[in-house]
Amino acid sequence: MSREPVIEAVGLVKRFGDFTAVDDVSFEVPRGSVFGLLGPNGAGKTTTVRMMTTLAIPTSGSARVAGHDVVKEPEAVRASMGLTAQSATVDDLLTGRENLRLIGDLYGLDRSFVRKRTDELLEQFSLTEAGDKVVKDYSGGMRRRIDLAVSLIAHPSVLFLDEPTTGLDPRSRVELWDVLRELVRDGTTLLLTTQYLDEADQLADDIVVIDHGRIIAQGTPLELKNQSGAASLVVTVSRHDQVRQAAELLRGVVGDVHVDEDARKLTAPGGDVGALSQVATRLDDASIDVDDLGMQRPSLDDVFLALTGHKAEETSNQEVSA
Amino acid sequence: MSAATDAVALDRPAPRASGAGRVRQVVALVRRNLTHIKRQPEMLTDVTIQPIMFVLLFAFVFGGSIKIPGVDYKPWLLPGIMAQTIAFSAFIVAIGLNTDIGKGMVDRLRSLPIQRSSILIARAIGALIHSSIGVAVMSVTGLFIGWRIHEGVVKGLLGYGLLLLFGFAMIWVGILVGSAMRSVEAVNGLMFTTIFPVTFLSNAFARTDVMPSWLRTIAEWNPISSLSQALRDNWGIAGIPVRADAPWPLHHPELATLIWSLAITAVVAPLALRAFNARTTD
Repeated sequence: MSREPVIEAVGLVKRFGDFTAVDDVSFEVPRGSVFGLLGPNGAGKTTTVRMMTTLAIPTSGSARVAGHDVVKEPEAVRASMGLTAQSATVDDLLTGRENLRLIGDLYGLDRSFVRKRTDELLEQFSLTEAGDKVVKDYSGGMRRRIDLAVSLIAHPSVLFLDEPTTGLDPRSRVELWDVLRELVRDGTTLLLTTQYLDEADQLADDIVVIDHGRIIAQGTPLELKNQSGAASLVVTVSRHDQVRQAAELLRGVVGDVHVDEDARKLTAPGGDVGALSQVATRLDDASIDVDDLGMQRPSLDDVFLALTGHKAEETSNQEVSA
Repeated sequence: MSAATDAVALDRPAPRASGAGRVRQVVALVRRNLTHIKRQPEMLTDVTIQPIMFVLLFAFVFGGSIKIPGVDYKPWLLPGIMAQTIAFSAFIVAIGLNTDIGKGMVDRLRSLPIQRSSILIARAIGALIHSSIGVAVMSVTGLFIGWRIHEGVVKGLLGYGLLLLFGFAMIWVGILVGSAMRSVEAVNGLMFTTIFPVTFLSNAFARTDVMPSWLRTIAEWNPISSLSQALRDNWGIAGIPVRADAPWPLHHPELATLIWSLAITAVVAPLALRAFNARTTD
């Protein structure tokens, strides 16, 4: 297997005056894999992507994309990667087709190739019918798709996506994930930033969590979730007078149980699906009525709580006041 | 398995067309600007409705009370309004560029393997086309109020050439303002409070010789005055004879327009490029 890194960051630092946006970030992304950069707003994700895509110059450290140094060979880097930025940067007043042609022309691609590829991409992103409408009239999901299509016009081997699903409704989000998986199947190497753990979990092979510009955790989604306390088993009991009984019963299965009497809610960190079915049976045997029973997956907040001891939102607030 | 060189090569390289890279980049970007005009023709109001309004306002509302002996005010006014229109090229560039920077379009363009200067060259050409549409509309409007070119094709074209030259210089002002300002509203505010009064502080709409002497000095050195005067001279439009003690630019308006255009470009262009680079590099 060829596992040479296609994207490589070594000790990247970016300072704006006194403020350090990115602080000693290093990672490697093997060819054909998906790399997730996870963190709250203001963590330094976008700045990292901007350095990797030649839009910002690192204060120190270095990075290579498709074998080219981002500072010394920016032209070669630009020629081999595609970027979809955080705000969909397609031209509102052009049609989808005109946007694709514009970027194809700017890449200096063969004209007949651009025509062929435009049809291909519109088809792939279910935009064939909308292709001749101005982008202004597109829905949020369609804008994201045309934006992504535009980034793919020159068949880049590396694709950078900065928060590709932020602001999308759940359905468009899942659709976009499917498109991204397809790209990876075709051999594209993907680096994406996200605020959502489930998104990183769905797509990424490797994840780096950053906070205040620093890497605070690194690993596969599974490793990361184990680090942050895996999933919790959550039971909401129907009747107040059965809460204590249910808690005792739960302790017999999973050990540690957190009880919220007012909400009639019991939370057992570290529970798994086996424990879930056991608990279901025992509750049933004891004739305890429940409103809700299930696994609660760790959210980004949980990960942050586990890794840093503070919540994700608090991080961004501190960022603002810094 | 594969060598390192394989890993870094493109999977399926897209075929690149050979040669003429820069020209094609600029053409593609200019086409984008023209498509904007096609989709939003109201973008042209600044070079059509607005100057026509000024023509009507000055020719018919104020015109009656602006009496210059021996001068037919309406045809005399028109070159002044053309000069004002071309000065607004700066406005057009500044708004367009600032919008592109603000919306992240410039970043997208910069992430492509293109020359960064293509972005500016295309903006400049787009703005000149935009302004030229305005000058053409003004010319047609002029025909209705008695404006004519009396000195033949060559001198007629020379006049239009001077307009474009001055427009080119103003584009740099636009790039500077568009790059330096943080929002389109700021661009609007700055341009309205500078370029607008500056175009009025000239001989474009009124005679300068009856202004208070301090104001007259400013007005007569104003490049808009040189340009208006040059257009009137080249097109053979009767005006008040230039006073013997008038400053040098009014005695040599073509040369003065040329020098002003080159001087503005020489001073502003490096500042504009620096502002653009600073704004788009971090």
